[in-house]
Amino acid sequence: MQFQYQIEGGNFSRAGFASSEIKKLMKQLNVDLSIVKRTVVATYEAEVNIVAHAYGGTIYVELDEEKIIIKLVDEGPGIPDIEQAMKEGYSTASSTVREMGFGAGMGLPNMKKNADDLKISSEVEKGTTVQITMYFKTEK
Amino acid sequence: MTVKQIADILKASIICGEDRADHDMKIAFASDLMSDVLTLKEDNVLLITGLANMQTLRTAEMSDIQCIIFARNKKISPEMKELALENDIIVLECSYTVFKTCGLLYQAGISPIY
Repeated sequence: MQFQYQIEGGNFSRAGFASSEIKKLMKQLNVDLSIVKRTVVATYEAEVNIVAHAYGGTIYVELDEEKIIIKLVDEGPGIPDIEQAMKEGYSTASSTVREMGFGAGMGLPNMKKNADDLKISSEVEKGTTVQITMYFKTEK
Repeated sequence: MTVKQIADILKASIICGEDRADHDMKIAFASDLMSDVLTLKEDNVLLITGLANMQTLRTAEMSDIQCIIFARNKKISPEMKELALENDIIVLECSYTVFKTCGLLYQAGISPIY
């Protein structure tokens, strides 16, 4: 199964819509609820990052019996130093983002904690790609 | 403690989920920072917050939080109410500060997560 969702940069009223759809889909497929929670928390953090930092993006979801792969591709400023961005407390978020309850430099570390596998690649002034993989049968 | 008992202690209004007023809550977390809420592993956490926007509801949805108290007299928008109803999230509005809300609930037996 494959799905994709468009994300609009800056549109906070819609941020989380795609993650919500992914949650509904996984629940329909009777995936273990603790895995659903870890998946959607990581995806939501990544989706909020696109809304907060990029001009727009696409979320590609690929799902089979064993795993779900969620690839979030954005067009945006990119991350110059991924290692630094992975550190808790590091953030470049605007005051608008902070007013929404984010921007404390916790998103990327929290994605890493929740995902079974997390890959991030980025090109400055082009965009960032985050890939979250979750396995349905392994416990983290 | 049931949602109804919590509402009585806080003189709070149940905005959504009145039909689930007998839902039992044992633990709570207070934060205006949704990033902190998203790090919680526990289920059925009562969220106490003064941050009233769509992302509060989305964060609750992703974290399997079933009940939110909006303190400091914050009011939820019709859009937020719709999202709460869609996700079976119980919403209370309370005029007390977050500090007073937490104090009263702690005194009444609601436990912190850590």
